[in-house]
Amino acid sequence: MSGLLVKNFSVSHGAIAAVKDLSFTVGKGELAAIIGSNGAGKTTLLRALSGLIPHQSGEASWNGNSLLGKKPEDLVRSGVVHVSEGKSVIPELNVKENLALGGIWRKDKKDVALATEEVCELFPRLRERLLQSADTLSGGERQMLAIGRALIARPELLLLDEPSLGLAPLIIEQIFDAINQLRHKLGLTVVLVEQNAMSALKIADIGVIINVGSLVTSGPSQELLADANLRAAYLGY
Amino acid sequence: MLILDTFLIGLSSGAIYALMALALVLVWRSTRVVNFAQAGQAILSTYIGYEVMNRTHNYWVSVPFAIVAGAAIAAFVDAVLMRALEKRSHKGSVSEIAPVIATLGLLGLIRSLTGMIWGNAYLQYTSPASGKGYEISHHTIPFSPQNLIIVIGALVVMGVFAAVFKFTNLGLALRASSFQPEISRLAGIRVDRIRTIGWAFAGAAGAVAGALVTPTTYLSPNSLDLLLVSGFVAAVIGGLDSLIGAVLGGLILGVGFAFILQYIGTSVTFSAAFFILIIVLFLRPRGILGSKIGRRDA
Amino acid sequence: MRKSKSLSALIFFAIGLFLLGLSNFVDELRAYQGAQVGIYVIAISSIILLTGFSGQISLGHGALMAIGGYSAVLSYNHWHFPMLLAFTFGAAVAALAGFILGMAAARLSGPYLAGTTLALAVGLPSLANQFHILGGEQGLSFDIGEAPKWIADKTGGDFTQYKWFFWISVTCTLFTMWFIKNLLQSRFGRTWRAVRGNPSAAALSGINIGRSKVLAFTVSSALAGLAGALLAMILGLVAPMAFTLTLSFTLVTGAVLAGVSNLGGSIIGALVLVVIPEITDAVATHLGGSEKISANLPGLITSVLLILTVIFAPNGPQLHKRNKSGKAKTQ
Repeated sequence: MSGLLVKNFSVSHGAIAAVKDLSFTVGKGELAAIIGSNGAGKTTLLRALSGLIPHQSGEASWNGNSLLGKKPEDLVRSGVVHVSEGKSVIPELNVKENLALGGIWRKDKKDVALATEEVCELFPRLRERLLQSADTLSGGERQMLAIGRALIARPELLLLDEPSLGLAPLIIEQIFDAINQLRHKLGLTVVLVEQNAMSALKIADIGVIINVGSLVTSGPSQELLADANLRAAYLGY
Repeated sequence: MLILDTFLIGLSSGAIYALMALALVLVWRSTRVVNFAQAGQAILSTYIGYEVMNRTHNYWVSVPFAIVAGAAIAAFVDAVLMRALEKRSHKGSVSEIAPVIATLGLLGLIRSLTGMIWGNAYLQYTSPASGKGYEISHHTIPFSPQNLIIVIGALVVMGVFAAVFKFTNLGLALRASSFQPEISRLAGIRVDRIRTIGWAFAGAAGAVAGALVTPTTYLSPNSLDLLLVSGFVAAVIGGLDSLIGAVLGGLILGVGFAFILQYIGTSVTFSAAFFILIIVLFLRPRGILGSKIGRRDA
Repeated sequence: MRKSKSLSALIFFAIGLFLLGLSNFVDELRAYQGAQVGIYVIAISSIILLTGFSGQISLGHGALMAIGGYSAVLSYNHWHFPMLLAFTFGAAVAALAGFILGMAAARLSGPYLAGTTLALAVGLPSLANQFHILGGEQGLSFDIGEAPKWIADKTGGDFTQYKWFFWISVTCTLFTMWFIKNLLQSRFGRTWRAVRGNPSAAALSGINIGRSKVLAFTVSSALAGLAGALLAMILGLVAPMAFTLTLSFTLVTGAVLAGVSNLGGSIIGALVLVVIPEITDAVATHLGGSEKISANLPGLITSVLLILTVIFAPNGPQLHKRNKSGKAKTQ
């Protein structure tokens, strides 16, 4: 099948099961929001999907190819790119170098240059700061840089871990707008892990709500937003 | 004149310390291990250079062989020993010191192996460049053609390293994966492979140090032990994770040693390294160019 | 508690009597090696105390042994201290040095501490050349004399020099082990374990981590100093050559082979260190190997053992087993 398939997926942290028997699917070109509170296992799920940590049982595949047992660097090369939590940029390098990192392994240098240009158009603030150390960027700019670097790899599936973390509401809106734009323009499939349920579900096609590692419910995001019980219990508004 | 002479002595030994410090810093940045085996690796590569010279009777041919050997040995150490350690490492007080202990074991292993093959006697690995100081207006300065070669060699290594690190994709990957291995992995960099290449660079720097300094002394299984200590002290002076700091640290230590030797006496040289290290750690725990991370939590 | 303490003292005493008795049935070489094992046990224990129980690393314990050795010999030769007092003096001076070093060490993390102690191991012995009183390269001779007559008479027969070394070494070793055992059960021992297990939690519960580390360094250095004095005794001299970098490395090797956090393992570590040269000598002679081989085979074997141990059993062979059974219990 095409798209992301996660089936009976479990991941453990030592003796603690962080993700338990989780199943969901995300169609190609869809944006899925994975919602849950702090410690719900969202980050663990993404880290296992991108090969950073081993999974325990179950299946996970992208376009019919299993994601499991592969190294993150190999998954990146096959189009599955993970932007990890906490503005994953390298502060010791400048903005240009951080962006270059995303395409360093690619053979098609022309397309890398094109992609870099596209990122600079999407986030003009990065262009202004190309030679600045990433250390000097604001939180929002770092997030833009992290996403920008991921885009230069020309991903098909983008795994985003809490891009809104620690950002001001206005910046969050900008970032989410950019994500929304991207997937319509590039046909990206996006898995967006968020605590910020409202903003995420607004741009998402489907929502997956998890709590202490287990699935609570999943469905079209509009339906989830409309469900009063869910809103009270998990979405927190 | 005496001050200038002393400075020249320091320049040559400082260049060697800087090379050793570079080797240690390169490995420390990527692997977070002080590679005590570096002295052994450099000894082994120098013995290989010695063998090549015995066959070709040409020092200049033997040096590149030694450098390639040094790089290959280092890559092998990382790919086999360090990776095996990491796979099996688990949390605990022992796992933190396990890599250091492993490098010590490797140092012992290489020493014994070289001793078995070449014996513990002092061998001569000679350079055609004279060890006699240049003569300037009837005054023989303590700076010989071989010293000049040492300084030039060190400069070439530093220049090549600077160019690779600053201007090439490989250099970018090397820097990125040593600063943030996980993020680099997620950017698609094969961090393990890159790290091994970094070790190879370190091994090459150590091999250059060994091949250039040995003609001025002698070759034996532990003839580079002191260089290891000096290199480490130089690296600490420079901040342990700064390449430029390593070079500066090497020069500061070399010149400092030369002055101590000249004005205090030869017998304190060995202990001077210890006292300089203690003073640096107390005055400036981060070294002159160290990163912000404190030494306690590093 | 009291009862178990006196019981353990009794057990140590019994082991001591047994070992001393044993010395009547072995030849000179074995007695000498027995004394060597005892010294290694003390020295390795000092590293285990430091690394296994307080989480610090030292590559410079050879230098601390040198301090202990030189101090003991100087006090014995120049000030005519009695033997026991000379040993105690050696341990005390080493403890003082360890205290100072520990103050520096408490501020340093792994690599810096390893490097600093390494620099000490390389630098300190060469100081002997600097001061005339230390005797330069040749060092100072150290002759504790033969066993007192009353001991020789009591045990009957000829009481050789090596047997006397063995007696002293065994007594000191047992005393040290007993001391460490009690120390680990005391408040200090619990503090060390707490700090090693979880430094932040220990700090939050009011433990002064720095002070606890300095204390560990001091005690460990005292033990190393005692071992150094004993080493000087059996060698009959102190000289820079006796306290090389190799000695420091050997001790770390012994501690790792023992299982760094297992005090009982120090006996295994010490035995291995003494037995390996013996075996390799036999092997080399049997193979008719050259001097190159026989001189380097012990180093080769210990290095390989060291590497294999950190890769396959980083916590030492014994602790590994205990961990497994511990897990089985909790499940």
